[in-house]
Amino acid sequence: MMEQIITLIGAILLIAGIIWWFFGKHESEKTQATVQADHQQATVVVKGGYSPATVVLKKGIPATINFAMEDGTACLSRVVFSQLGVDKDLREQKITPIQIPTDQAGEYDFACGMDMFHGKVVVK
Amino acid sequence: MKQLSSTMRFGIAVVFTLPLAGEMLLMPWHIMLPGSRLIALVTTTVVMLVAAWPYWESAWAAFKQHNANMNTLVALGTGIAYFYSVFAFFVGLPVYFESAAFIAVFVLLGDMMEEKMHQRASASLQKLLSLQVKDAVVLRDDKEVLLPLDQVKTGDLVQVKPGAKIPTDGVITAGTTTVNEAMVTGESMPITKQVGDSVIGTTINGNGSITVRVTKTGDETVLAQIVAMVKKAQTSHAPIQKLTDKIASIFVPAVLIAAIIVFVIWDVVLGVTAIQALLYAIAVIVIACPCALGLATPTALMVGTNRAAKLGVLLKNGEVLQKMTTVTTVVFDKTGTITTGQPVVTDIIGDDPQQVLQVAASLEKDSEHPLASAILERAQADHVTVQAVTDFMAHSGQGVMARLNGKPALIGNVKLTKNLTMKPLFQDQLRKLQAQAKTVVIVGYAGQVIGLIAIQDTPQPQAQAAIAALKKQGMKTVMLTGDSYRVAQAIAQQVGIDEVLAEVSPNEKANQIAALRHQGVVAFVGDGINDAPALTMADVGIAMGSGTDIAIESGDVVLVHNDLYGVVKALAISRKTFSRIKLNLFWALIYNLIGIPIAAGLFARWGMTLSPELAGLAMAFSSVSVVTSSLLLNKTKIKLTE
Repeated sequence: MMEQIITLIGAILLIAGIIWWFFGKHESEKTQATVQADHQQATVVVKGGYSPATVVLKKGIPATINFAMEDGTACLSRVVFSQLGVDKDLREQKITPIQIPTDQAGEYDFACGMDMFHGKVVVK
Repeated sequence: MKQLSSTMRFGIAVVFTLPLAGEMLLMPWHIMLPGSRLIALVTTTVVMLVAAWPYWESAWAAFKQHNANMNTLVALGTGIAYFYSVFAFFVGLPVYFESAAFIAVFVLLGDMMEEKMHQRASASLQKLLSLQVKDAVVLRDDKEVLLPLDQVKTGDLVQVKPGAKIPTDGVITAGTTTVNEAMVTGESMPITKQVGDSVIGTTINGNGSITVRVTKTGDETVLAQIVAMVKKAQTSHAPIQKLTDKIASIFVPAVLIAAIIVFVIWDVVLGVTAIQALLYAIAVIVIACPCALGLATPTALMVGTNRAAKLGVLLKNGEVLQKMTTVTTVVFDKTGTITTGQPVVTDIIGDDPQQVLQVAASLEKDSEHPLASAILERAQADHVTVQAVTDFMAHSGQGVMARLNGKPALIGNVKLTKNLTMKPLFQDQLRKLQAQAKTVVIVGYAGQVIGLIAIQDTPQPQAQAAIAALKKQGMKTVMLTGDSYRVAQAIAQQVGIDEVLAEVSPNEKANQIAALRHQGVVAFVGDGINDAPALTMADVGIAMGSGTDIAIESGDVVLVHNDLYGVVKALAISRKTFSRIKLNLFWALIYNLIGIPIAAGLFARWGMTLSPELAGLAMAFSSVSVVTSSLLLNKTKIKLTE
């Protein structure tokens, strides 16, 4: 009987933990691209998701985002910028550079091939 | 380890899973291999390192970012089964190594399938691009040099030999030839091209040698733009996918919670052993993996847009595809869309039609009037020789007069011929032809009217059949034009359009579309610069491939073949693809909906359970079946009349 009560309490705590961890409010990472001369770039590490998930670019400066592939599963093997028509396999090389047009302010969403992981690029 | 492809990982994992599979097959006969527990521990450990480790790593990284995804499910399923078995191995309890190994192998199978499918889908785009030639013969400093295509610049003069591919877009500066543009426009007849005509890169030069001044290179060429458009459509997401996204982000934590509850119910309430309860919980986690759900939309979209492109219908994005399935009204522009945009001679009236045409053609020989070119084209087609005229005189707004074989000849409207006698028969015919909205010119020779020539911008050959097919599908068809009501009505009757909105100025066109949108979902088909606002205003803008750049830019769909049947095709393929997406989603969800309760042991009382390894197989099978279902879109018949 005692054992079962412990199991029950453990289960409830575990469920509460899952809810807090996944549904609670957590700040997502954000980076401003570094500007060098007349070019700006940022690196997004691909490992179990995109880190950072949001990259901020300055309008009017040509930009490159380098996707550094560190994940071994098929889920994250491609990155898709649907508005830009980009669909790249990240496993061909360690770092995949992707040019982002910055002539207009706006947001470009990117996602994995199955549209399960998301990130965005903000131009402003 | 990261360098291994899914295929290689899968291969290694299968080899090391074989002993486990063999043992499972022997189990019913109660044959136990000596040291089987140890073999299982060693082989499963290898399988975990090769096949499952990437999932563990990825899941942990995601977990740290407060994310859970299908990798989390795979990692938990394999991790729990494996680490529990290691523990059980050392304390002497029954082990479940094969569960962990099989789950990993089946998940990898799904990954591998996906890898293969991506390769196949992008192959067709590669094929399009590979049509491009690698180099061109360019005139530099009066010398012909062979240069790689990327060094050819706008303004260069390029030599194209008979039978060769034209390297890039340009304008002919010397020579005459015929060009087969079928691959870009779908027009099967070779088109005659002369100095001043533009040519499209990668189309095939016919019998003449030509010099082309390059006007566009690289990404600006027609071919590159078609490729870019197809690419964009393939990567775009249909709105229905947003639903899948939402499901996925809540789904995974919810499944984890469900698995815990399953464990508690079996362990605490029903009182089975903790190990039994754990196996149920693991099966729930494994079967719930929403891989198939994630694959359902993008794979169907990719195959569907590709299939459409092959039929000459470029869909700019997935959103259009979904909207297309709800269209109730199709609005057409007239000139250049329903009609060919080029006036042709439809009737020649006279006692000697041959003579009427000859006099007319001789008079119009040097005229640049669009009606003149229609007459000259007809004369050429009928092999009528054009004769020289003297004392040529043009009367603006009326017609032309001259002397032919020493006798006065004229061609023009009634104002010009008022002094000539016209037979009552011709007067009747004149009225009749005008009632059909045709432009009629009167031909006079030697002091009397010898005949009439009627000219009209005629409907495209496919227009009538295409509109009939649309009406059969229950579509309302409307013609929207700036032309006069009389002309519009006549054309509408010829092709069978229900409603005519004529004498509409370009700015008004968009307003008319807006008004029609109150009654239903509107698709607008147009080609001109003046159609651009209407194309944007409509729910779905369909641009004719021969149309102006701005029309193509404003449209959501481009009909490459320039044929109204494309509208029917676009509707049919959108419906097919969309219903396939729905079917896929249904199958993906059904797997989960049926699988989860079975895995949870809800039907255990009736002997229906799902072991973790069978759950892994079922999950892989659901992904494979969804991908197969999408690929089958390539093979399904597209019914154009339905």
